[in-house]
Amino acid sequence: MAGSNEALGGSAAARTRLELRGVTKRFPGVLANDNVSLKVRPGEIHALLGENGAGKSTLVKMIYGILAPDSGEVLWDGQPVKIQNPRAARKLGIGMVFQHFSLFEALTVLENIALGLDSNISQRELEAEIRRVLDLYGLKLDPQRIVSTLSVGERQRIEIVRALLLNPRLLIMDEPTSVLTPQEVEQLFETLRKLAAGGCSILYISHKLHEIIALCDVATILRGGKFVAECDPKKETSRSMAELMIGANLKEITRAPGRAFGEEKFAVRALSLPKVGDFGMALRDINFSVRAGEILGVAGVAGNGQNEFMTALSGEVRALTPESIVLGGAPIGRLGPTDRRALGLCAVPEERNGHAAVGDFTLTENGALTARRRMHFMQGGLISAGRATAYADKVIKAFTVKALGPSSTAGSLSGGNLQKFIMGREILQEPTALVVSQPTWGVDAGAAGAIRQAIVDLAGRGAAVVVVSQDLDELLEFCDSLVVINLGGLSHVMKVGDVSIEEIGLLMGGVHGDPVATVQMTEALHDHPI
Amino acid sequence: MIIRFEKRREPSKFMQAVTPIAAVLLTMVIGALIFWLIGYDGPRAVKEIFFTPLLAPYKWPDVARRAAPLILIALGLCMGNRAKVWNIGAEGQYLLGALAGAGIAYLTKSLEGWWIMPLMIAAGIVGGALWAAIPAFLKTRYRVNEILSSLMLVYVALQVLNYLVTGPWKDPNGHNFPQSAPFTASQTLPHMIWGTPFPPGLFIAFALAIVFWIVMSRSEFGLGIRVVGDAPKAARYAGYDANKMVWQTLLISGGMAGLAGVLEAATQGGQLNLGFPSGYGFTAIIVSFLGRLHPLGAALAGVVLAVTYVGGQVAQTVVHVPNATAGIFQATMLFLILASDVLVKRRIKIVWSQPAQAPQVARSTT
Amino acid sequence: MIVDFLIPALITIVNVTTPILLAATGELVVEKSGVLNLGIEGMMLIGAITGFAVTFVLGDPSYADSAPWLAAAAPWLGVIAAAVAGAAASMLFAFLVLTLGSNQVATGLALVIFGTGLSSLIGASYVGITIPSFDSIFPDWLASDPVGKLFFGYSPLVYFAFLAVFGVYWFLNKTRSGLVLRAIGENDLSAHSIGYSVIGVRYAAVAFGGAMAGIAGAYFSMVITPLWAEQMTAGRGWIALALVVFSGWRPGRLLAGAYFFGLFMTLELYAKASGFSFLPSQFWAAMPYLMAIIVLAIMSARESGGGEAPACLGKPYMSDA
Repeated sequence: MAGSNEALGGSAAARTRLELRGVTKRFPGVLANDNVSLKVRPGEIHALLGENGAGKSTLVKMIYGILAPDSGEVLWDGQPVKIQNPRAARKLGIGMVFQHFSLFEALTVLENIALGLDSNISQRELEAEIRRVLDLYGLKLDPQRIVSTLSVGERQRIEIVRALLLNPRLLIMDEPTSVLTPQEVEQLFETLRKLAAGGCSILYISHKLHEIIALCDVATILRGGKFVAECDPKKETSRSMAELMIGANLKEITRAPGRAFGEEKFAVRALSLPKVGDFGMALRDINFSVRAGEILGVAGVAGNGQNEFMTALSGEVRALTPESIVLGGAPIGRLGPTDRRALGLCAVPEERNGHAAVGDFTLTENGALTARRRMHFMQGGLISAGRATAYADKVIKAFTVKALGPSSTAGSLSGGNLQKFIMGREILQEPTALVVSQPTWGVDAGAAGAIRQAIVDLAGRGAAVVVVSQDLDELLEFCDSLVVINLGGLSHVMKVGDVSIEEIGLLMGGVHGDPVATVQMTEALHDHPI
Repeated sequence: MIIRFEKRREPSKFMQAVTPIAAVLLTMVIGALIFWLIGYDGPRAVKEIFFTPLLAPYKWPDVARRAAPLILIALGLCMGNRAKVWNIGAEGQYLLGALAGAGIAYLTKSLEGWWIMPLMIAAGIVGGALWAAIPAFLKTRYRVNEILSSLMLVYVALQVLNYLVTGPWKDPNGHNFPQSAPFTASQTLPHMIWGTPFPPGLFIAFALAIVFWIVMSRSEFGLGIRVVGDAPKAARYAGYDANKMVWQTLLISGGMAGLAGVLEAATQGGQLNLGFPSGYGFTAIIVSFLGRLHPLGAALAGVVLAVTYVGGQVAQTVVHVPNATAGIFQATMLFLILASDVLVKRRIKIVWSQPAQAPQVARSTT
Repeated sequence: MIVDFLIPALITIVNVTTPILLAATGELVVEKSGVLNLGIEGMMLIGAITGFAVTFVLGDPSYADSAPWLAAAAPWLGVIAAAVAGAAASMLFAFLVLTLGSNQVATGLALVIFGTGLSSLIGASYVGITIPSFDSIFPDWLASDPVGKLFFGYSPLVYFAFLAVFGVYWFLNKTRSGLVLRAIGENDLSAHSIGYSVIGVRYAAVAFGGAMAGIAGAYFSMVITPLWAEQMTAGRGWIALALVVFSGWRPGRLLAGAYFFGLFMTLELYAKASGFSFLPSQFWAAMPYLMAIIVLAIMSARESGGGEAPACLGKPYMSDA
């Protein structure tokens, strides 16, 4: 299989591996893909580039048979095909590694892969096949491990092995690097290059420009559901591609030059919490402090305790001692979320739907969820509908949330607009300290920019801000200082601008699974500041 | 041709209001069909069950008497069900409320005074609440599913009733029948008060329905109830304590059921016997769903179901259907209201000649 | 002496446990696939009346001339009919819950109320009638002495219940389909992404649960007593539900737990019959339910919950197209 494709390389136009012609897909209220065309050649690493909401995932779901196009053609090896379901796609030789893994935590790696296969081979044969593929591409994975014990990078390897076992001729990767450390990203790129050299085409979805420049031969750019351009990343710059992606001149974030930080407003001292449940992570001796006007970024790969960190700060989980969390000098460690908000600490969790907001509730009610006490909605034991509605309205207007009004349900808003509402709801409470997790995840560039600017402005008014994010680029863009969270513990504080990506990457990866080695390595880095 | 359900942008308020009515109407049709298939006079049965009690004023006191406990219990259940705390054992709490009130009556049987009745009622509320406190404790402390624990306690409560009316509380003048002594005048509530054909329980029920409505829709507690049910993580984020909510909802619904129980016992003159448990605790579950878990809806639905109870007895004599048949209608109503729930959040879309495609499951990606 | 007392007691325990074991085994599979069906009591009653009615109709002596085999086959056909009826009733639940995505707790309760009412309605004309019982599958001489009776003297359904438990264990742990079912119960979204029909598998699981509940109900009306009475399952369906939780969703523990409950139910029977006077009979009647609560508390409080519940248990699953 490996060599046959190259032999046909001569008549490239007729031997396009995958072609989409005028593909369109509509959902209620949104045109996800509008007459999109695309050509992928054998052995090519083809980027599908676009910001959140551009239609990349939808397009790719149609290639993999999860959705069917409303109109347009899909051609495979030059022949028109109708891909009815994922099984049919796999039969053609299309494999896909999703952004969100389809794994079963309580089962082993081997069982998980077995479940993903269409054929029925014995577990022993399967294990042998898996080891062959792992060797071939230099991947490390133990088939007998239970999935819940694996890191995110290792889990992604399960998905990749699943796809590779099919001997794919087209491998689709959907935003694969959002969960990887910089070193793991390099490893992944090596694997993909090996695959492509063997004749497999790769369709690589991402919005990370520097990765695409490093890895891909061709880039197709989507914007607002439409095809915008096909270009050679090696010949373009980050900026030119970004502009094609966003379709406007890039707006830089404005920060007042020569900012001085005020006194310490928010500090955490020796915060430790035991782990909860089988899949939780313990927090180990968390220490940091943030001054007025300062933005502290918390970088790290998913699964290292970010959720536990957030719930400890927001008050959803109480600390063991009151002094472990201090706000404006007052110990608040044993207080709940409502009391913390009253004193001036607001928090925004990672999950929009079901945590930060309730989809079935109106925006007014969602506003009341967190603002009812601090913004004085209460009147004689009841929540004043008038005040709640007025506040929601204020947030909608101040943050240009696209909604029909305060009585729209949160679920009817797009991701970006809901995120703007949630951020606005907290920011307009003028907190002394704001802690926010993944502020722009899954949000289109326009809203993302507005949110970042709002955070920066809040800090400019003297608040202390903590931003937890898996997007290192974002943190480097607007944070003043940086820590890395790894296995429930924080690294030392670094000043943005003083530290290299490599160092951060090492801190993010830690030495996975080995807390002692991680500490040793962290200490080693302390001794050699850059 | 494929029928698919497409998510609506916003839940349909029209459907929310219309579906309960449609469910009742459709139940009449289906019920008539089932009865007809088995060999009874279907349409006649439906007429007796649904319409006769409404159209015959002399039946209204009967309807009101049945509606009162149904509404009272259902109000508590509405609250609990919204919070996804499933109190299936309201029947047991109802019994314990009646027993607690009867206990006070037993202790004060040779006394008189206006204070006896309020004391009985208070005891009833406390009795029901205590019986509900057991599942609350088990759930918050031991993570025991409240559906099972509250339900098991119903069977235990039945045995407690059995024991008391065949043993310690047996009426000495009752010819050895398993029943308790009748209540004295201070311990009995009139069947009709203030010149209306309705018992005091009904007025209490309607008044409490309004109170519950205000609490559920406007109070901080009510907001918490609604969030805890829909999104537990958001509830915690908003500062609500889930365990506290479990206690509060179970105690309230237990207290309401207990109140219904003691009022019922006092209104009927107190002779508790093995036939006292009438399934109100279970029917109230249907009432709460038919009322869309809304206090005012529950008040209306309580009247509807009370009608079917009274009508069921009429049908028994006229059409000769067994008494258990009211359950078929009630269950059908519940099925239909649950089924039609889907139309509130989604609309039906019929797709002609499309290639079969694997449906997309909602994810929060682009 | 001890033989006179112990053997009959053990036999009673086995008999009394069987319907709970049947119903719980079915519900275990249902819950392993991620669905919570509270309607067991209703399905059991429907199975009870169907089995009874079909056996009665087919076992009518007037057929003895034209089809003499019918008298012996009637009970078997009755049980099969009970299984089919239970499965059919469960399909009502399945349609609401799986296709329309309705609330599982409320729908299950509706099924209980509906099944109770419908079975009473149909059963009204069957009160007071008896039906032919099962022929034993073992030759009579095997069960002639007390010890033999302990092993060979049961109705065929008892042996079926045993086989069912082992069958379910083997299915869930040793077959590919069982693995798929478990996966669906753990993470339905992932299973769907891979391409498995979550709804299809769950329909099948619910149908199996319904059939087992139907057979369990038939046990009451066809084996324990060859009579029909309203609500004759007396809450055993709820004990079966508690049993599934108690067993930690593991077939082996299910078997042990079922006999544990059976012991208490037998104690109740003996207490009523012999009149232990130091505790009122109602106490013994309440014992199985009290034990269920205590046992649930012990099992659920354990850190791992005594075997984890399938992660998707009770959560609705709607495809949004």
